[in-house]
Amino acid sequence: MPAAAVEAKPNSQPKTGRNSNIRLRERLAPVLVVLPSIALIGLFVYGFIAWSGYVSLSKWNTLVRNLSFAGLENYRFLFQDFRFQSDLRNTLMFTLLFIATCLAIGLTLALLVHANIRFESLFRNLFIFPMALSFVVTGVAWQWILNPSTGVNLLLRKLGAEDLPAWYTSTTVVPSISLGQIDFGLPVALLAVLIAAVWQLSGFTMAMFIAGLRAINEDIYEAARMDGATERQILRSITLPLLRPVTTSAVIILGHISLKIFDLIYAMTGPGAAFVTDVPGVYMFETTFRGNHYGQGSAIAIIMLLLVSILIVPYLISSMRKEEA
Amino acid sequence: MPTYSRANRAVTYALLTLFSLFFLIPIYVMAVTSFKSLDEVTLDRMWELPSALHLSGYGEALKKLAPNLLNSVYLAVPATVISCLLGSLNGYVFAKWKFRGSDILFVCILFGMFIPYQSILIPLIQFMQAIRLYNTIPGLILVHVIYGIPITTLIFRNFYAGIPTELLESAKIDGAGFFGIYRHIFFPLSMTGFVVVGIWQFTSVWNEFLFAVTLTTQKQQPIMVALQNLSGSQVVHWNVQMAGALLAALPTLLVYVFLSRYFVKGLLAGSIKG
Repeated sequence: MPAAAVEAKPNSQPKTGRNSNIRLRERLAPVLVVLPSIALIGLFVYGFIAWSGYVSLSKWNTLVRNLSFAGLENYRFLFQDFRFQSDLRNTLMFTLLFIATCLAIGLTLALLVHANIRFESLFRNLFIFPMALSFVVTGVAWQWILNPSTGVNLLLRKLGAEDLPAWYTSTTVVPSISLGQIDFGLPVALLAVLIAAVWQLSGFTMAMFIAGLRAINEDIYEAARMDGATERQILRSITLPLLRPVTTSAVIILGHISLKIFDLIYAMTGPGAAFVTDVPGVYMFETTFRGNHYGQGSAIAIIMLLLVSILIVPYLISSMRKEEA
Repeated sequence: MPTYSRANRAVTYALLTLFSLFFLIPIYVMAVTSFKSLDEVTLDRMWELPSALHLSGYGEALKKLAPNLLNSVYLAVPATVISCLLGSLNGYVFAKWKFRGSDILFVCILFGMFIPYQSILIPLIQFMQAIRLYNTIPGLILVHVIYGIPITTLIFRNFYAGIPTELLESAKIDGAGFFGIYRHIFFPLSMTGFVVVGIWQFTSVWNEFLFAVTLTTQKQQPIMVALQNLSGSQVVHWNVQMAGALLAALPTLLVYVFLSRYFVKGLLAGSIKG
């Protein structure tokens, strides 16, 4: 590893006994400082993941701890389980929509706010503040706003709408392609959760894009304008390509939040009828802590970890490579 | 900066206003509802302003949530302070005192930031029970400090990377050692770093739910768990619930209002270099 060789050792000093003692101490000090953190992460992250993996292969599905080996039984159960199949569908649909909507709104807001407007910081601050709130608070608030018998529907009714949306109480799945036991498609109820999640995180996406816009050199724009490019052409062939790295980061951040999502859904809708708003995080919590199915709970957790890792590990490796270069 | 025609400007402001409304809706609803009296909180009047500023919702929410609010203070303040100190020392090493294998170790630590906490939850509970810190605030502090190591280390490392290495080299020539350089040079230069990491950690610990709900019961529960229980209870008094939600959100909202510049910095730093 080339970067590890950046160790600072000026060789000018003569190696007397006392000096090399001090040198040794100076070289050990940094290692000793980070050692506790490394040990803690080693145990609490890697050790515990290994232990969860072991539990997921065990027969521990009652209150009494039973760690005898069950092979892949818990995994086999989950993949045949209606609820878990629904969860995977929901996670997939939610993640795709969540990332796409946050990117679209985030980019739109960034371009609007960055366009040399008045009250720029006021608007910016307004769009970011939901990030400071807890998902539980967000869930409680949107649960009421999207309650089918009041909230937005009340306004819609006043406007004369008759077919009022059922929001998170809807059990419809579109386009509803039968796939095994579940209907594959987008559960309409997820849109309600999506609104709340986008409300909370599109401002953050905007902040990332603004940071990206600020990093673009103004000279490029000047040159393009001199060449007679229209604003639309500039956006398409200069701004958007230059924002690609920021977009990648945003996809990684939003994606891992979405794959892990728990509090918002737990506070806002719970699993929903026919599990239309259920996600692995909620299922894991309920099956482990309400049902005492520790083996199955661990198996869900390990699957969640794998999903997140598929997204995160390549990103971490590539950003490490970039740093070394 | 693109120059826009007048029509374009009008569209820009119209769009911004529309988005602003969308972002303000939940706050409006929560605030309006929290100031209503119980008999005023009806489904068909939810968008209306309260007839007067009724504080009964807040009174009841405070009565129910005050112990949990205090729990959250006892939790978030020490967890934030310890996280900052630990992250600062770690960041100092990973930015300026690299050793053989330190870059690999750093990435291994970073990975801890992205894991779903469900994947360590069951062993964590067993471990906390074994060391007798289950269902205690100190136990939750420990958990937040440990799982905060990746992010606090990352933010401080990026922060210290911006401090010129020449400063360190010249201090070394003057005979200053590892701790001396930290104490006299890096620590005094890190106030912004401490504010950013402090806000980040305070906000995440205050708002955290999964650890809080699985590692504590009843009296020890932090505010977010108590708030969730309040809305899950049989009789829903919306004014009490919204007052509770606003009380629970107040500390992080205040931090945001007064320190939004640093809040955003923390957010972006938390997303691995924007």
